[in-house]
Amino acid sequence: MDLLQQLVNGLTLGSLYALIAVGYTVVYGIVQLINFAHGEVFMIGAFGGLTTYLALFQGTTAWWTLPIMLVGAVAASVLTAVVMERVAYRPLRSAPRLAPLITAIGISVFLQELVRLFYGKIPGLPDAKSRLPFPRIDGVTGPAFSIGGLDFQRPALFTMGSLAVCAAFLWWFINRTKQGRAMQAVSQDPDTARLMGIDVDRIIVTAFALGAALAAIAGVAQGLQNNNIDFRMGFMAGLKAFTAAVLGGIGNVAGAVVGGLTLGVVEALASQLGPTAWKDVWAFGLLILVLVFRPQGIMGARVVDRA
Amino acid sequence: MSTATTAPVPAAAAQDSPTILSARGVTMRFGGLTAVNKVDMTVHEGEIVGLIGPNGAGKTTFFNCLTGLYKPTEGEVWLAGAELPPKPREVVVAGMARTFQNIRLFANMTALENVMVGRYCRTSSGPLTSILRGPKFRREEEATRARAQELLTFVGLGGKGEHLARNLPYGDQRRLEIARALATDPKVVLLDEPTAGMNPRETEECKDLIFKIRDNGMAVVVIEHDMKFIFNLCDRVLCLVRGELLVEGDPGTVQSDPRVVEAYIGGSELDDEEDEH
Repeated sequence: MDLLQQLVNGLTLGSLYALIAVGYTVVYGIVQLINFAHGEVFMIGAFGGLTTYLALFQGTTAWWTLPIMLVGAVAASVLTAVVMERVAYRPLRSAPRLAPLITAIGISVFLQELVRLFYGKIPGLPDAKSRLPFPRIDGVTGPAFSIGGLDFQRPALFTMGSLAVCAAFLWWFINRTKQGRAMQAVSQDPDTARLMGIDVDRIIVTAFALGAALAAIAGVAQGLQNNNIDFRMGFMAGLKAFTAAVLGGIGNVAGAVVGGLTLGVVEALASQLGPTAWKDVWAFGLLILVLVFRPQGIMGARVVDRA
Repeated sequence: MSTATTAPVPAAAAQDSPTILSARGVTMRFGGLTAVNKVDMTVHEGEIVGLIGPNGAGKTTFFNCLTGLYKPTEGEVWLAGAELPPKPREVVVAGMARTFQNIRLFANMTALENVMVGRYCRTSSGPLTSILRGPKFRREEEATRARAQELLTFVGLGGKGEHLARNLPYGDQRRLEIARALATDPKVVLLDEPTAGMNPRETEECKDLIFKIRDNGMAVVVIEHDMKFIFNLCDRVLCLVRGELLVEGDPGTVQSDPRVVEAYIGGSELDDEEDEH
């Protein structure tokens, strides 16, 4: 039973990783860039959600605040990602691959410090130098459900549900819309896509925005789960989600989901079977094993096709 | 595909119609190498123009200049009364589409999806419209799908829409590329060796297809090595040698021109693949 409970916990954690991992993988599939600032996009999503709540609904716990918080979170993350792409990555499109990578790390530090130093300076907002409490929302926080002896935390259900909805949406978007088809085309052959009349720059922005939207939802989910957020939350989550993306096969959207869930379950089981402090060792150990024995990942590294 | 062979429109008739594409003094240098040197070309509406020449003559480079892939070192290109915009994407929007000598399909997408990608620049719904699935999005998606299916049928791949492009036989891949090019609603279609690797029957079908494209109101420019194919197909033929325009005229004139004969025999027609990229 303990193992089953850990499986549930693992899938929760994994859903969170998967939501973030999609952003790494979609962007990589289109521009072959590892956007190491993506963890910060996730963090900003959480802060966007919190800000929306503080600005509009302080004091209430009604369920209907949640969708509006999500909209605020998605807006903050998408804006961050789109500006980031425009200002930092686009000028480096034809630069050696090390340049955007270092830039990504720079942006990551920049965004963290921006939130740490300036979030509290905005009138009406609390100082973000330490952890900030995340609002409690009726329905998604509160007592856990107990089904057959297994505990399901409400925020956990929200996280898993979000992943399910987002994965279905993503599949539909990639396979059934013109932007999705154009994304597939660009990831397979950007030059030919351009010669077929596709606005490649726009598709790249779309990819960044799509990943950011999912990361924002993950940010809110994390806030609900932990009851608090802080400006450093993006670092480890981003690293884990990147691991998940590589585990599943970087560039492969289905792989990001599978990789995220796998990584979450491995971590949870590892804390069940050994000291909890070792869970990161298992997670990154798994990454090393995959890189050595199956560098293309579980589902095979691919461009964003047949998601 | 219809087997009724259409005869070429008499050259004189086509040349009377308005100019749709004109290249003036197009020159392309790569460092010290002049790949294309002061080439002029005029294409009229409803005309089929052939571009021949030995390997390395600069035919594909010339095509790349026409489609915005290369920015010509000198010279200018006009399409439908306006100077060619600088970006490949804008060139497509302006009405020029092409196929490639080495097939460049989106291999992991279905045939139908490949053609639908070609419709991208002729539809206007943005990402938000798509996400919100407005009525406009649905209408456009449906129209795109229907048009793509129609074009697949047009090139003779009507029943193969759901096959992945990479699983199609070679000749079908060539035809799929043509369908994808046609999906962009071009005024001029540039075909880079459309019959390469085709058997005689497929080559014959390809010729009929090009006539059909012309009959639908588009001008066609074809690069080919197969002389019989070119001379049966084109209203006018241009022969490039070492980047320069050697001879231009109707098929009969070019075919019998001693300089063309010499260029081919003295040239290097032995190696089949030319690589001008």
